Amino acid sequence: MAKLGSEENPLLVAIVGSGPSGFYAAEALIKSDISVKVDLLERLPSPYGLVRSGVAPDHQKLKQVIALYQKTADSPDFNLIANVNVGTDISVEELCQSHHAVIMTSGAETDRKLGVAGEDLNGSYTATEFVGWYNGHPDYRDRQFDLSHDVAVIIGQGNVAADVSRILSKTVDELKHTDIAQHALDILAESKIKEIHVIGRRGPAQAKFTPKELREFGELSDCNSIVRAEDLILNPESEIELLEKSNIASKKIYDQFCEFSKRETDPAKSRNCYFKFLMGPKELIGTTKLEKVILEKNQLSGEPFKQSARGTGETIELETGILFRSIGYRGVPIAGVPFNESWGTIPNEKGRITDNNCNIIPQLYTAGWIKRGPSGIIGTNRACSVETVQCLLEDIVKLDNSEIKAGAEAIYTILDRKNIRHICYDNWKKIDIKEIERGKLKGKPREKYTYIAEMLSEI
Amino acid sequence: MTTIVTENCKNCRFTDCVTVCPVACFHYDDDMLYIDPDTCIDCSACIPECPVQAIYEGDDIPEDQEKWIEINAEKAPGLPVCEEQMEPLPGAEERKAALGF
Repeated sequence: MAKLGSEENPLLVAIVGSGPSGFYAAEALIKSDISVKVDLLERLPSPYGLVRSGVAPDHQKLKQVIALYQKTADSPDFNLIANVNVGTDISVEELCQSHHAVIMTSGAETDRKLGVAGEDLNGSYTATEFVGWYNGHPDYRDRQFDLSHDVAVIIGQGNVAADVSRILSKTVDELKHTDIAQHALDILAESKIKEIHVIGRRGPAQAKFTPKELREFGELSDCNSIVRAEDLILNPESEIELLEKSNIASKKIYDQFCEFSKRETDPAKSRNCYFKFLMGPKELIGTTKLEKVILEKNQLSGEPFKQSARGTGETIELETGILFRSIGYRGVPIAGVPFNESWGTIPNEKGRITDNNCNIIPQLYTAGWIKRGPSGIIGTNRACSVETVQCLLEDIVKLDNSEIKAGAEAIYTILDRKNIRHICYDNWKKIDIKEIERGKLKGKPREKYTYIAEMLSEI
Repeated sequence: MTTIVTENCKNCRFTDCVTVCPVACFHYDDDMLYIDPDTCIDCSACIPECPVQAIYEGDDIPEDQEKWIEINAEKAPGLPVCEEQMEPLPGAEERKAALGF
């Protein structure tokens, strides 16, 4: 048998999930000095994961990262197999038979729970649902969000919480030339929300927004961003945190809050967005649907940079009919791959998948949020995927090279036998062109298809 | 909005930033890195990575560093892309300490 990774016997790798980490893993493999063939599997007909369905529609520039993924996709060593659900349509075990290695890059598809009573009341939603809905993700296309209330509450102070809050704070005019899904824009146009409360369990020095995201709240056309000056008083430990030179991002965020606190509230603006700190939901109350949230005030304890929030017992009530929780994502298990329930990730060492006792499982690798948890932004996944691919390339001598692997052909045989329609990158390009054409008519960069059947009918 | 590499990178060139750049927009010469504004998507992933805080974006660019907007735009396109982390320049650690980091 020719050496694995040679021209005659290329390394065949199946990657599961076509978001940033999947594409960066594909790129790293294709750019390596060995001969490879990459098959990238995707559950939806459309690639690019959260760049398409997570990145907010008013952040179009970030979506330009897709141009780089398109370059990877144009390589003759790259192949997209979309509209295929690994775990149900085809098993990981089958991929291990058809390929030398499998890289799981399926991301963190669900939200962490608050773990409080009333969490599942009608009117209490996850950020994932709302983000997926306004971004036209087929899974969330038919979700209903009742925006007829005066007050909306967002639990969490990270960038996803910022996205949700900002979309609720913007006018239709501020959104209509983005690629926001039309069905969402129509509902947002009728929104009655006047107050948006963005709640963090720790203080203003620990908010996890990026400075840039927070700054955008100062530029909204019809919404005041409000922080009470007394909420910006810091404990000594937080003051030490902000003096640390390397903690410049938190300092910038704190300074931005200070700037908001000094602003006069413009009464001509029809909405107010309040940033509130040191409190967390204790209970969500309502009979058939959410009516109010009980918030418990917190205090910080611990050394600088290790401070945690603890409830004080003191509570306040906030009447609201709609609440979004945005306190982090977690991955979902895939049949045939170990899963760490408490972390919501796949157990691994530098990307080599292990069982729950740290024994490395040959052939299986992982990258992105399902590997390290939902932290960092798009580019963070590049370093993460490169690390995984380096491990895979180091392991190449250990991989099974006793027989020729069938690669994509074996996958197609299984899918065809089950009558599962799979689509390739050229098929996706047709959908892509149609979406852009549809957008042009409305002055939008694209109008997404939001049902899978619609996408498939364009091929 | 523009994201740029400024003065502090000179003679350091730690290149931690390039590992998280989603679009490979960093270019290098013998002294430092430069960002190609036509490729950069202003995601700001690189900003917290720099051990000497040489990278700034948009409204955050200090006035005395504004000249670097033009320098980045002029130099980057003609220089090789830095896609992987390189060894810092000799003396980088000393310069970092001198800069107070």
